[in-house]
Amino acid sequence: MAMAALRREGRRMAAPLITPHPINPLRSSLASSDREHTLLGVRSISTQVVRNRMKSVRNIQKITKAMKMVAASKLRAIQTKAENSRGLWQPFTALLGDTPSVDVKKNVIVTISSDKGLCGGINSTSVKISRGLHKLNAGPEKECKYVILGEKAKAQLVRDSKKDIELAFTELQKNPLNYTQVAVLADDILKNVEYDALRIVFNKFQSVVAFVPTTSTVLSPEVVEREAEAGGKLGELDSYEIEGGETKSEVLQNLTEFQFSCVMFNAMLENACSEQGARMSAMDSSSRNAGDMLDRLTLTYNRTRQASITTELIEIISGASALEG
Amino acid sequence: MLRQGPRFLLSRVSAASMGWRRQFATDLPAETAGDSKFVEAWKKVIPNIDPPKTPSAYMAPRPPTPSTIPSKLTVNLVLPYSSILSGKEVDMVIVPATTGHMGVLPGHVATIAELKPGILSVHEGNDVSKYFLSGGFAFVHANSVADIIAIEATPVDQIDPNLVQKGLAEFQQKLNSASTDVEKAEAQIGVDVHSALNAALTG
Repeated sequence: MAMAALRREGRRMAAPLITPHPINPLRSSLASSDREHTLLGVRSISTQVVRNRMKSVRNIQKITKAMKMVAASKLRAIQTKAENSRGLWQPFTALLGDTPSVDVKKNVIVTISSDKGLCGGINSTSVKISRGLHKLNAGPEKECKYVILGEKAKAQLVRDSKKDIELAFTELQKNPLNYTQVAVLADDILKNVEYDALRIVFNKFQSVVAFVPTTSTVLSPEVVEREAEAGGKLGELDSYEIEGGETKSEVLQNLTEFQFSCVMFNAMLENACSEQGARMSAMDSSSRNAGDMLDRLTLTYNRTRQASITTELIEIISGASALEG
Repeated sequence: MLRQGPRFLLSRVSAASMGWRRQFATDLPAETAGDSKFVEAWKKVIPNIDPPKTPSAYMAPRPPTPSTIPSKLTVNLVLPYSSILSGKEVDMVIVPATTGHMGVLPGHVATIAELKPGILSVHEGNDVSKYFLSGGFAFVHANSVADIIAIEATPVDQIDPNLVQKGLAEFQQKLNSASTDVEKAEAQIGVDVHSALNAALTG
């Protein structure tokens, strides 16, 4: 009976102190700790819960700040490589043109994504663009398949396009990216997938806060010859003399494979830069949010502390004045 | 306290390392009309998402074919790791095509040439710079622009003759003891490259 009365008192004391508080989850936890303490006969309101919360938020802030620094240093390392590789795809585009609207029967969409998370929205963007390209190029006689590089895109695309996925590669960034690794990967893809057009989807690194989704198209040698005859952008290809190899188609085959590996190398480097940049900005906003949360928690902590001091003073003074009569 | 996210981040980042605020100098924000067909087709099917950019948006358009033969040849030598020559104006280049060494002068007919490991020499007035290429492709366009794409290119004076001899002997031995087709092909490639290196050093 007495305990129940004490409990009720505790709740009545706790309620007016908690209502001005903006963060809801704390309400129930503070009230429950009051009940515990009133059971023991102590009448002050506990600041322990708030203190625990503050400690964990402070740790999160430190962790995200460290992750941001790590991403910044990784970005610095890979940025020079990406910048240097930008000249690699330009000769191919100058020769063969840029034909994203080519109409072919077998489309293969190569989606490049990261293995690790906490990098903002770049993987979702790549997957959205891939799905868009799939929709654009699917039709009655056309087929569209996926080749996925990276865990994150695989996780998203497996959900609704499982039967369209031809190949998936993960753990590509264990060793720093170099051309030999990408050449082997490109060889693997070209051997195992039938294609008329390969569309590579990646995030191009424009600056530390801007990443532009981009798609590069590589056509198979047969389609190149077809487009050259049809005229348009590739129409001038016939005017080029071919040196080396026995036949024109052999040289075009080598050219296509070389183009694919060069474009893949650049795309993977750009995507890796974008991943680190996005992670930097995600971790930065996370540490800033943690800082804001910490400020609010500090205010609550001080209010709670002052309220318990005031309560004790009131009890002492009212007890003393009751004695005096 | 600065609360504008991107500017805050950028200012902190640029304090750490210079030169990140601007776009890369190798990129040019040129817009081309070539992919307007793609953009329209995209917008019809997927109206809510912006269409992705395509490579031609990031490349400066090439100069058109002039009516008279220009006096200089513009050469671009690119590797996966760097662009060694970019837009350099020279008199002549000699490329090691699979059909033999080919000289390219301004006004050369448009050509696509497959390259074998060998020496590329760039002639500019009286200077000749020689690079050993590991193989790749060379495109000569009608507007007197030559693009040479190789995997590795080293200046000839940086090649160590002792290592070349050692490598040649090693690969010849591997060729003799090779059993499978793959091993034979790999050993043959090694022998070819090292013989070319040898010829480059002596010739």
